Amino acid sequence: MTLALRQPSVIPGFGITLGFTLFYLGLILLIPIGAFLLYTAQMSWADFWQAVSHRQVVASYKLSFGASLIAALLNLVFGAIVAWVLVRYRFFGKRVIDALVDLPFAMPTAVAGIALVTLYASTGWVGQYLEILGLRVAYTQLGVVVALTYIGLPFVVRTVQPVLEDLDRELEEASAILGANRLTTLRRVILPALLPALLTGFALAFARALGEYGSVIFIAGNLPFRTEITPLLIVAKAEQYDYPGAAAIGTVMLLAAFVLLLLINALQWWTARHTRR
Amino acid sequence: MSSLASPIPPLSSEAPAWQRATEEPAWIRRLLIGIALTFLGLFLVLPLAVVLYGAFEQGLQVWYAAITEPDALAAIRLTLLVVAIVVPLNLAFGVMAAWAIAKFEFRGKSVLITLIDLPFAISPVVVGLIFVILLGSQGWLGPWLAEHDLRIIFAVPGIIIVIAFGTMPFVARELIPLMQQQGKEEEESSLTLGANGWQTFWRVTLPNIKWGVIYGVILCNARAMGEFGAVAIVSGRIRGETNTMPLHIEVLYNEYLFTAAFAVSSLLAGLAIVTIAVKSLVEWRDERQRHQAAA
Repeated sequence: MTLALRQPSVIPGFGITLGFTLFYLGLILLIPIGAFLLYTAQMSWADFWQAVSHRQVVASYKLSFGASLIAALLNLVFGAIVAWVLVRYRFFGKRVIDALVDLPFAMPTAVAGIALVTLYASTGWVGQYLEILGLRVAYTQLGVVVALTYIGLPFVVRTVQPVLEDLDRELEEASAILGANRLTTLRRVILPALLPALLTGFALAFARALGEYGSVIFIAGNLPFRTEITPLLIVAKAEQYDYPGAAAIGTVMLLAAFVLLLLINALQWWTARHTRR
Repeated sequence: MSSLASPIPPLSSEAPAWQRATEEPAWIRRLLIGIALTFLGLFLVLPLAVVLYGAFEQGLQVWYAAITEPDALAAIRLTLLVVAIVVPLNLAFGVMAAWAIAKFEFRGKSVLITLIDLPFAISPVVVGLIFVILLGSQGWLGPWLAEHDLRIIFAVPGIIIVIAFGTMPFVARELIPLMQQQGKEEEESSLTLGANGWQTFWRVTLPNIKWGVIYGVILCNARAMGEFGAVAIVSGRIRGETNTMPLHIEVLYNEYLFTAAFAVSSLLAGLAIVTIAVKSLVEWRDERQRHQAAA
């Protein structure tokens, strides 16, 4: 049976490795997700709709999607600049800074959360100066954006960096010889080549931000209708044993995640095709 | 870079009258470096500094007392127990998945790779909820589990399951591209020369992927220790029993015990730093090997 599914090879272990992979994926991932979706499917449409369209829940979607979008846009702009600087320029401490970019990926979200709220509170190292400028970050929607920017930071940098390293300098030279100034070269030659990677990084940062919980709840203050993110509402409902309500909202989040994952796969496929040419 | 610099050195140390057409003016370069460093300083360096400052502000003794207090020790012990189970499981999964994907051609491979990525995309909170609904007392398997006196949700097994779910992709994600890039010629020669599958794996494949395995394990370990959202839902937050380190940090913070919260945080922050240091080391080794191979 396996012979029909795969090309023949002298290397052993296909059956056992693929078998274990599928068993583990099935047991931990697919069966639980399937059961979860079935659980939601058993709700009546009216109950489901009431749970997912409650005013407080809709306010949380707006915040979660809006703040994730702003955070991903910030990461798009600053991530592109960081990637550019790390690939093209030489400066003191570059190696350490390059390594530090991965920190949000390795740092526990709860630790990031209490660090950010301490930093940006009105008495914090940064917050006290922002206060003078009239900017309040902690316990506002801006705080949510700050936390989501933090956790999404590595994505754009790490997707753009390798593409930029492989980018053919001769294209830029040709563009310059043909009379384009640096800005035109950037706009017409460099940015189009980076576009798939930029979009992939943006989508990854957005997807990560959308489901984030730990780093946000400390800095957000969690005021209903104002600074409540959707994952927080799921936790709140689960803690009150309102499982159907939590499952309905969780299903919305899960479907959004599936759509984003498909989009990211398509973007990565596009990036791979783009770089191979 | 230096070989690409201008063939004619500028006459004065001030800005040269001309510049290479594929370079930006010096002031733009400085501006961009300045923007990048400010952004990274605000978002990466300062949060890390605030954790370390908060942890050690009142001296080493206070820090030590905070991490050796009974509830903190219980959280540390539970966290270590969880990773001792989860990391080997996900290591085995990662190596097997990478072997199947990198060494064989079969139908549905790209679907399989997408499935392995799935836990990255799902909110940790939803992960926790999925298992509460499946295994909790109100859940589908709840009555059966209660009948057999098995407690999973609001107990240690639930924590292990959700962390295994959340950190499943890390080793696999590290090894799949590495093993795909290395191809299968070396394994094929080894097998042709009479080695069996195990010998080939231990003596040929493993030495080639050793550093990828090390980084994958360390990253998986760091993320497993730091997992928060999913654990927050399934643990029930029983102090001294089902609080992992991140949950303990949350409890301390909410009780305004900031120094203690930062002290426990500093352990996890230290682990995060070790993780990115190992990653840099692995990449630095690869780079050097590639340079040597090219030379």
